[in-house]
Amino acid sequence: MIEVQNLSKSFGKLKVLKDVSLSIKQGEVCAIIGPSGSGKSTLLRCLNLLEQPNQGVIQIKDENITSPKTDIVKIRQNIGMVFQHFYLFPHMTVLENMIYAPMKVKNISKEKAVAKAYDLLKKVGLKEKADVYPSKLSGGQRQRVAIARSLTMEPEIMLFDEPTSALDPEMVKEVLEVIRNLAHTGITMVIVTHEMGFAREVADRICFLDEGKLTENLPPKKFFAKPKTKRAQQFLQKML
Amino acid sequence: MQLHFELISDKIPYILQGILTTLEFTMLSAVFGLIWGIILALFKISNIKILHGFAVFYTSIFRGVPLILSLTLVYFATPQLFHYDITALEAGVITFTLNSAAYISETIRAGITSVDHGQQEAAIALGIPYPKMMRDIILPQALKNILPALVNESIALLKDSALVSTIGATDLLRRADIVASDSYLYFEPLLFVGLLYYVMVMTLTATARILERRLARSD
Repeated sequence: MIEVQNLSKSFGKLKVLKDVSLSIKQGEVCAIIGPSGSGKSTLLRCLNLLEQPNQGVIQIKDENITSPKTDIVKIRQNIGMVFQHFYLFPHMTVLENMIYAPMKVKNISKEKAVAKAYDLLKKVGLKEKADVYPSKLSGGQRQRVAIARSLTMEPEIMLFDEPTSALDPEMVKEVLEVIRNLAHTGITMVIVTHEMGFAREVADRICFLDEGKLTENLPPKKFFAKPKTKRAQQFLQKML
Repeated sequence: MQLHFELISDKIPYILQGILTTLEFTMLSAVFGLIWGIILALFKISNIKILHGFAVFYTSIFRGVPLILSLTLVYFATPQLFHYDITALEAGVITFTLNSAAYISETIRAGITSVDHGQQEAAIALGIPYPKMMRDIILPQALKNILPALVNESIALLKDSALVSTIGATDLLRRADIVASDSYLYFEPLLFVGLLYYVMVMTLTATARILERRLARSD
């Protein structure tokens, strides 16, 4: 589903990703963990070209998205993304947030878009908030809406960029619950997270990034039992 | 000193008609100026160097030249250059549009940059193409942020519209001048149109407040 080969990315002189290769199968849930500044978010953001890689190839469903010939706007419609800071559109109600892209990008009729939106809002437990503006929602509620909004485009891949890092502790649970339910639907997911317990439970695979290098790529059981590298062992000691 | 408003009372309907002319200039220029200003602002944030350079140069021209000079140029040079007999309304609206767009393009550019970059990323991630993203996601937020500055600009436009009296358009000021020279009374007609300008500006300000409050619904 996702094929990353020898990916490198620099911001000016700073090398953020160094020769990262990674392969994620359809339906797999991959958690990317690592210390701050290790390039986790940058790797994730390369997968839908929010960041343009300097070197390497990224293939989504056998299509090379780094090639200039690829229509990246089309590819992105198949990749949902959830951000740390939600980024709901503040001038639109929850429902308007959710029907905009399906209607204006996919040309789906309003009735269908609204029905789909309500269906998804029900799944994240926020059906009664449809006509509310985002500013009236709590952080956890906003993030649940943001997840639901991504799902309105019916993506085959979902990217999560530290989805619970900006939340008050008591709201983390409700958001993780939504992501957990989503993991069981067979959608392919890549999650950058600091929630070790959650990663262990939900992910099929743990990728550990250290200073821009992918140093571990293991099933969670093996990784959390004993990671290969010393750096990952130290990291786990601090986190657990 | 004594004021004799009763001596110009029969001219008041004539002066009042000038409100329409003044508003016509102002509203046409405000609408076209906003559209052209948005386009210039998009040029300014564009990655295409030529567009960026053009917009910056354009703004510097209108900032660097007195408005009354541009107006006179457009009105008197157009017939000579293009053999087109331009009306005062056309000359006024063209000049004010070009001038006001130069100023508000700077404001709009600042408004666009004030919108959290994440909004753009969220739109990109949803696969929303650039024109729709700008029109429906970024610009509405940007314009809301800069509404007070836009109101200021339209107030300036309303008052600057008095300059068209110099090219023969019969706006409020021109009508006051005509009445003044007919009746040899200067204070009364000028004070009267001064009051009219004041009331128009206050109305504009009040309308803007209502609009601002409506837009604040989502805060």
